[in-house]
Amino acid sequence: MPKEVTDVICPFCGTLCDDLIVSVSDDNKTILGVKNACAIGAEKFNHQRQPGRVKRPRMRQADGSYKEITYDEAIDWTAKMLVKSRKTLMYGWASTSCQAMSIGHEIAEKCGAIVDNCATVCHGSSLIAIEDVGVPSCTLGEVKNRADRVVFWGCNPAHAHPRHMSRYSIFPRGFFTVKGHKGRKIYCVDCRYTDTAKCADEFIQVQQGFDYELLNAFRTAARGEALPDTVGGVPKEKIYEIVEDLKQARFGIIFFGMGLTHTMGRNHNIDIAINLTRDMNDFTKFAIMAMRGHWNVTGSGQVLGWQYGFPYAVDVSRRDQARHQTGETTSVDLLNRNEVEACFYIATDPGAHFPVDAMISSSRKPTVTIDPHINCTTEISDIHIPVALVGVEVGGCAYRMDNVPIETRKVVDPPEGVLTDEELLTRINKRVDELMAKGGA
Amino acid sequence: MNTVTLTVKKQPELYLECENVNTDAFAGKKAADIAKLGAYQGKEILTLGDFFTITGEAGATAADTKIIVNGDCTKMKYLGAKMTGGEMIVNYACDMYTGSWMKGGKLTVNGDVHSFCGLALAGGEFTINGNAGNYLGAAYRGDWRGMSGGVLRVKGNAGSDVASFMIGGEMIIEGDVDIHLGTHMEGGKIILKGNANRRVGGQLVKGEIYVFGKINVMMPGYKPVGEKEMEVDGTKATFVDYLGDLGERHPKRKGETVYGHLYMKK
Amino acid sequence: MSEYIIKNGHVFDPTQGIKGDKKDIAVKDGKIVDKVGSSAKVIDAAGKTVMAGALEVHAHVAGPKVNAGRWYRPEDKHFDSHKKPGITRIEGGKSIPTVFKTGYEYARLGFTFAMEAAMPPLYARHVHEEIHDTPIIDEAALPVFGNNWFILEYLKNHEVENTAAYIAWILRQTKGYGVKCVNPGGTEAWAWGLNCLTIHDPVPYFEITPAEIIKGLIEANEYLGLPHSMHLHQNDLGNPGNYKTTIDSLKLAEGIKATNNFGREQVLHSTHLQFHAYKGTNWGDFESGAKEVMDYVNKQKNLTIDTGNVTLDETTTMTADGPFEHHLHGLNHLKWFNVDVELETAAGIVPFIYDPNNAVFASQWAVGLEIALYAKDPMRCFITTDHPNAGPFTRYPRVYSWLMSKKVRDERLNSFKKADKVISATNLANMDREISLYELAAMTRAGPAKCLGLSKDYGGLKPGMNADIAIYNINPDKFPSSGPEIEKAFANVAYLFKSGKICVEGGKVVDMGHKETFWVDAKVKENKQVMHDVREKFLRYYSVNEANYPVPESYAPHQHIISVDATKA
Repeated sequence: MPKEVTDVICPFCGTLCDDLIVSVSDDNKTILGVKNACAIGAEKFNHQRQPGRVKRPRMRQADGSYKEITYDEAIDWTAKMLVKSRKTLMYGWASTSCQAMSIGHEIAEKCGAIVDNCATVCHGSSLIAIEDVGVPSCTLGEVKNRADRVVFWGCNPAHAHPRHMSRYSIFPRGFFTVKGHKGRKIYCVDCRYTDTAKCADEFIQVQQGFDYELLNAFRTAARGEALPDTVGGVPKEKIYEIVEDLKQARFGIIFFGMGLTHTMGRNHNIDIAINLTRDMNDFTKFAIMAMRGHWNVTGSGQVLGWQYGFPYAVDVSRRDQARHQTGETTSVDLLNRNEVEACFYIATDPGAHFPVDAMISSSRKPTVTIDPHINCTTEISDIHIPVALVGVEVGGCAYRMDNVPIETRKVVDPPEGVLTDEELLTRINKRVDELMAKGGA
Repeated sequence: MNTVTLTVKKQPELYLECENVNTDAFAGKKAADIAKLGAYQGKEILTLGDFFTITGEAGATAADTKIIVNGDCTKMKYLGAKMTGGEMIVNYACDMYTGSWMKGGKLTVNGDVHSFCGLALAGGEFTINGNAGNYLGAAYRGDWRGMSGGVLRVKGNAGSDVASFMIGGEMIIEGDVDIHLGTHMEGGKIILKGNANRRVGGQLVKGEIYVFGKINVMMPGYKPVGEKEMEVDGTKATFVDYLGDLGERHPKRKGETVYGHLYMKK
Repeated sequence: MSEYIIKNGHVFDPTQGIKGDKKDIAVKDGKIVDKVGSSAKVIDAAGKTVMAGALEVHAHVAGPKVNAGRWYRPEDKHFDSHKKPGITRIEGGKSIPTVFKTGYEYARLGFTFAMEAAMPPLYARHVHEEIHDTPIIDEAALPVFGNNWFILEYLKNHEVENTAAYIAWILRQTKGYGVKCVNPGGTEAWAWGLNCLTIHDPVPYFEITPAEIIKGLIEANEYLGLPHSMHLHQNDLGNPGNYKTTIDSLKLAEGIKATNNFGREQVLHSTHLQFHAYKGTNWGDFESGAKEVMDYVNKQKNLTIDTGNVTLDETTTMTADGPFEHHLHGLNHLKWFNVDVELETAAGIVPFIYDPNNAVFASQWAVGLEIALYAKDPMRCFITTDHPNAGPFTRYPRVYSWLMSKKVRDERLNSFKKADKVISATNLANMDREISLYELAAMTRAGPAKCLGLSKDYGGLKPGMNADIAIYNINPDKFPSSGPEIEKAFANVAYLFKSGKICVEGGKVVDMGHKETFWVDAKVKENKQVMHDVREKFLRYYSVNEANYPVPESYAPHQHIISVDATKA
């Protein structure tokens, strides 16, 4: 008899939908179906039963082919690499649990590494902006229950966070928002007409690279000051009109994404959007939120935060000090500048996301990748260690884009003999201890 | 004033953290003691003697000490950082944090510097006879207290995010800058002899920016209010006075709102 | 487990009335015992001060806003993030230390317990993750209730029983310890950008007043008979003239008697009173209202308070009083963090510099000290800095030095740039009282333990109590006279015993101890109405499912559960 696991947390994006229902075979081994998930979320579960999944660690041979090795061998190789390297990049963490991260940080502190997560190529610029000017924000339930003005700026949840609009931001009826969509005015600011723009009441097309100027114009208009005739392609009349409407909000929210974080000026675009939000709080209530993508990247920032006080790019390479500087201790900069000697990747695929030069630099260094699947990064690694899928084959804590933590659920057993991240890292940590007690690799 | 001369004899394989190469760390030390000062390369703790040939001896205090560094310093961080007095000359390009958190003395780099140099400069003179990277004279992450004093002069160009959160002191860039000059500035003076790409004085509360060249796109929050004849860093000229950033908050003094000024040379 | 005998120390223990007598303390199996065998390890405490481990009654040390404060302030630790020799991890942060530093520093100061003062229930899992990672000290957390929709709806109709049942449900879901109430009504109003500045301002939509919320929560707390009383951060924090609202709020407790099995006598704990004891109408004519407030507190035996001493440092303010942080940001323009939490609460953060050259901040410093010095019963007044709001807890030794030495205090007072203004706006210059070591033990050990309902096992050195013991390098017969000496002595214990294990020796952390998470499991009669409301609210208004709301067991591997039976209430 197949059984149903309810209240399952989706392991895909930062929306962390927690209402999935997964049917599982009687022997706890196979996923038979997924309800409530978006297409991408459902696919994460389908991966579990993908044929040809790697179930044992693999080591690259001189000829470029891979041979299967034991977990013990892979752990030993990894520990030796970490102990020997004078400075190691330990990057990833977005698709694993907070519990696993904690063990990883202990290893980093012992071995002298930099711990960085995918914020480094994603919402890192948002984090810089928050470091500089703070952020007035809220939980997603506040948006659902109160928001009557919603601005999507440089983000496209229709594709990147498929259930965001129905669960929180456009369509749901909440306590003070009984009319749902009808009671909300939706703005979309983007340089192109996206599928999210199609759901908006008003689409404002900004010239690419002019978000900072347009946001500056919004702030200037909010203070009743004069503006040039157009800013970033938007006529000043429109700017005044929108600003006045936003002031009429009872509760407004700006959601932003890569359109702000990865266009010219990066953190400054967020910084000024936060300042606009702050200004609007002189008139009404306003909040702003980053549309964080990678599943538990927020959790990595949280654990690094409470353990070291920085949200990403944490340099404990000297072992006696924790430091953080975007542009220096960030993964791409470390690789481009050849500041590290070895690479340890876990629960993320830098090969798919990093600039080519950075990955070329990476490919010349001893590299270990820990990931359930074969991906771009595993193929330039010396060792690939497969693990259980977090949120599918093992539970663990993950943080939603609004920093709400949810303990994820295991729905099926991992393939026989495959370790979880926590088990694997615990064993690497132990092996590191043994090697260091003996005085090195 | 006593002089210590460092000559690079070995290049680091990674980057070398030279937080001990400054007049304060050297003060009161002979060459042999200086050679024993630590320098991190990753987790490895080495000594300055491993990388430099060191001659001469330091004065009793930082103020009585002069340091000359010869040889390729492109993989050396923190040169001259946190120094409070004396003089230091680096005759080559340097890496990050050169002259950062400097409080006094004179630091000259006869070459380029990388990013994060002159961070939160509080005093002294820092001259770069080459180009500078990003975040020159900016604040450290999260700090609202950027450059607060001293004089920082770049003969060449500088990158982006120059003088962010500046609250005092004077910065002169003789070449061009990229985007975001004087963002969040709340005091002090920036003189840009060349051109700026875009976003000059965004979110600026207070302070003065002088631009001799062109700005590709002006911030919408700036408004011209007149012209002024001025002498700026030795050049007499007419400048158009822009008030800004009008999108930002501004303090009041005696009932009058205090704006920032962007002066564009005519 | 090892046996110890702590010999010849000067023992200060208000639970037994011991005032510095030379006395041996025996430790066995984690407890204080009458005697131990001859093989017990001897700790020579001659010329030293021996007290129970201290208990922190109110600090922000774990959870979402504390962590937001950490990671949005890299400048708080850029040059202050180091590893000390030994078994410890890297310790970072001045005003908002990392979890590692938090645990080690409390232990070095002689603390063995800390109460996280504000846990948003939706974020309880986060709070417990941090508590889990904080070494050595025992911890608990108070969920916030003062702006929770369930509470507002129940108390609008004065439904105390439903309120109590909901509180019991939340305590179980969040592994929470008691009832915290921050700016009642005001934080809900803040969700619309508004506030409640007096206890009679109606809460938008909910049509209830802060006074009704405060009184109702006190009654529900006593209905349940929880170990701790209702713990209140009052309306109108930090504004000149607020002392009237403060006294009005305290009056709501009049006539209510403590009902519990834990030896607790107060029904209301009023926290960081310094921020609530201001006279005047603006910052120009601002004056201390400490005397007025403390005269009332001294009279009312069913109240306890903590001080919230300003330490004159650069720090980070953080509170569930969202509108206050917005107001503060408007004053100092430093970076502002805010998060509103659906159906429950909000929080704000702003860095703050208590510059001693500023007459207002120096006066706040004086008000905090006055609160402690006016307190007639040290068992009802506890020293806090409302960490990190009025200053980091790592400054306790300095606060003690100001309280214990008039000379040290007056040196500070008279050296303010605007000393004249501070002296005329406050009463401190005329106060001669010096807090004794015995009183300090009451204000930091026995008192907080009693207030938290933990006096059976904690806060004293009676045989049978938990062996949480701090030994300081202080000879009471030669009490240090200078500020720096007093500070040094309190900053690094000679020994800290946590549950009978030496965790700190000579100021150095030597053992991570066996940290426990305290929470209260209150059993109530089955309440169909409340459970129906819970289901309904999760289905319609929360953004997480009810099944994903509780804190899993694994987050608190060592639980100290205090059971309360309120089924017969």
